[in-house]
Amino acid sequence: MIFLTRRATFSASHFYWNEAWTAERNQAVFGRCANRNGHGHNYTLEVTVAGEPDPVTGFVVDLKWLKDVMEREVLSEFDHRHLNLEVKEFGPGKLIPTTENIAIVAWKRLEPAIKKAAGAQLSRVRVYETPDIFAEYRGGE
Amino acid sequence: MSASHRLHVDALTAQENRAAYGKCNNPHGHGHNYVVEVMVGGPVDADTGMVMNLADLDRVVNERVVDRFDHRNLNLDPAFERKVPTTENFSRIVFEILRDALPEGSLEHVRIEETENNFFECYGA
Repeated sequence: MIFLTRRATFSASHFYWNEAWTAERNQAVFGRCANRNGHGHNYTLEVTVAGEPDPVTGFVVDLKWLKDVMEREVLSEFDHRHLNLEVKEFGPGKLIPTTENIAIVAWKRLEPAIKKAAGAQLSRVRVYETPDIFAEYRGGE
Repeated sequence: MSASHRLHVDALTAQENRAAYGKCNNPHGHGHNYVVEVMVGGPVDADTGMVMNLADLDRVVNERVVDRFDHRNLNLDPAFERKVPTTENFSRIVFEILRDALPEGSLEHVRIEETENNFFECYGA
């Protein structure tokens, strides 16, 4: 089994806010991240796919194909967007666009497309919010 | 380490090679600055405080891997005589070389970065 990882970057804005809480509680829990006008990050998305290299091509999956899947499923809708306002999984009454939730949402978007690639499976999604902070999701609970 | 390769399989037609590998199939090959990460595991020795002496690890990696592949054409190495030098295959070959050269059971995994945007890991299985 070989684990292949592809990286891509996107830039997006967000803020953290739980509608069920008071403004004071949001500010106490989320601090600067609760500023309602939002702020932005340069995110790095790392997608790891596991499988056996194809006996003919030597590929687990074609890296260009994986790049296109990442672009279509995630980057085209996340890059240069406001995650709370423009991405359907986030916003009032839905998920808060923390790095944890971005990793889970990216997994859910990518997994069906990668499942179609015979013999390969999504193994890990890692999202860097800054060079010092990342969250990763490996599926499951 | 820096090496050249060309992704091409004799069993496929020119059109099939082009479809599978795109510009990686260009006839004269191309190169990468590969970064190899080697992870070993084991108990910390009571006398040295080390899992393994890093100088020993460096020597093995340099002698067995870097000296063999750096500034070479991967396609011409015997390991790739019947295998296309994708980085999937390269990472498994490096794993097998180091597994056999390092103390038994010590090699955990090998990771090879082909470019800053992709890398490949082999844990042996």
